Amino acid sequence: MIAGAENAPAFSPRRVMAMILRYWYLLRSSWPRLFELVYWPTVQMITWGFLQYYVMQNAGFFARAGSTLIGAVLLWDILFRGQLGFSVSFLEEMWARNIGNLMMSPMRPFEFIIALMVMSLVRLSIGVIPVTLLALAFFGFNLYGLGLALVAFFINLMLTGWAVGIFVSGLVLRNGLGAENLAWSIMFLFMPLTCVYYPVATLPVWLQPFAWALPPTYVFEGMRALLIAHSFRAGLMIDALALNVVFFAAGVFGFLKLLQSARRHGSLMQTGE
Amino acid sequence: MPVPPAIEVERLFKIYKSVPAVDGVSFAIAPGSITGLLGGNGAGKTTTIAIIMGLVSPTSGRVTVLGADMPGERHRVLQRMNFESPYVEMPMRLTIRQNLTVFGMLYGVPDLAGRIAQLGEALDLTDLLDRPTGRLSAGQKTRVSLAKSLINAPELLLLDEPTASLDPDTADWVRAHIERYRHTRQATVLLASHNMTEVERLCERVIIMKRGRIEDDDTPARLLARYGRRTLEEVFLDVARGRGEEREAAQ
Repeated sequence: MIAGAENAPAFSPRRVMAMILRYWYLLRSSWPRLFELVYWPTVQMITWGFLQYYVMQNAGFFARAGSTLIGAVLLWDILFRGQLGFSVSFLEEMWARNIGNLMMSPMRPFEFIIALMVMSLVRLSIGVIPVTLLALAFFGFNLYGLGLALVAFFINLMLTGWAVGIFVSGLVLRNGLGAENLAWSIMFLFMPLTCVYYPVATLPVWLQPFAWALPPTYVFEGMRALLIAHSFRAGLMIDALALNVVFFAAGVFGFLKLLQSARRHGSLMQTGE
Repeated sequence: MPVPPAIEVERLFKIYKSVPAVDGVSFAIAPGSITGLLGGNGAGKTTTIAIIMGLVSPTSGRVTVLGADMPGERHRVLQRMNFESPYVEMPMRLTIRQNLTVFGMLYGVPDLAGRIAQLGEALDLTDLLDRPTGRLSAGQKTRVSLAKSLINAPELLLLDEPTASLDPDTADWVRAHIERYRHTRQATVLLASHNMTEVERLCERVIIMKRGRIEDDDTPARLLARYGRRTLEEVFLDVARGRGEEREAAQ
């Protein structure tokens, strides 16, 4: 008998490692996948970097605003790529029609989620670290110069990205690949409301409470405060973290409910459109 | 003390919207036996197997697998079972060795490298282990799926049409391997198929399903005698076309 343990462990790092290895093998075997990780962040950073360079030379306010545009672009990429890194790894299972094998294996949903979170960090590192170095080389913007504030921004943005990624994966599990587009587009719903490129005060007053209900809004406001007024507003980061705890718990709860619903509707056996 | 069944299905119903896919099915499967679940398309075989695996929740009824209620207690026993189906694939870009490594780790297989080498040899995959799964022929892919389903040397093996779309030679080879594995491991095998030759050759018991219900359940020999037929295919056609019911009514 090989694997006859009656009580398989409730959490197994080996199973998490197995899934990380699965995605690592996949990334390693496909240069277009690796290229895609770096391509869009680079294009976006260069475009916005030149725009900022131009307006800084022509407008007093932007001259004062320092590097907020490039900062916003890079932080937005952390949020967007964090979610996408999670969702795309999940979608790989749907595209490969492998989800039945996984759901039938002893892997627990939480182990799957942790592996996807780790992979989103790996994918983000491959995509965004080279771009931050390019931002330094081309436009003199040093993201790492933000120091500890960057750590606070990063943690909050990743938590939001994962919360949304987990929920979207549940939707795809329940509804099949017909819901795949959500994985690519849902974060853009956050873009105007989280005030990536402008202060919350720019929004109509009635819309501002909705903006403040989203954790990334606090990060982008915090980033502007740091770059323009050179002050780190820790209170904003704590508020974002509290909201993120709620978002993350809601994402996991939603995923588990959608998984339950997928079992009821037989969706795990039919993972097509 | 009587040995508890490896699988026990009691009054199982699965209704999608208002359509019953499984309609009040009950059966028990003895440990170490090999049973065929026979039926045409839409008979409810795959749904029944999916419920046994815990992939689908029943609308009502109870399924116990190796002593655990499914799907609620599935994590107690998933490590001791496995399945193979042509409708679920292995990641194509990964090599056979990589795929087997991933699944071996998921199932907690000790001495994984040794187990992969052993399966490679048993399933004639040794020379292909470092080839991407997507670059294999249909027969080779089936052998890889079978290797995945045997990676943890399961006590319970669920097979959904294991030889679908294979040429007769490869299909025969796969059947021989299943037979050998069942014999050496004393494993319980439940096999869903509409290939009568396969069922006749492998199974000591046959459950025939039609429109979500069990139409008949017996050994192949007794089924042949009862229907007065020479092959299971003829029995299957009788059941599919309702001749069994006509015969019963006439009697």
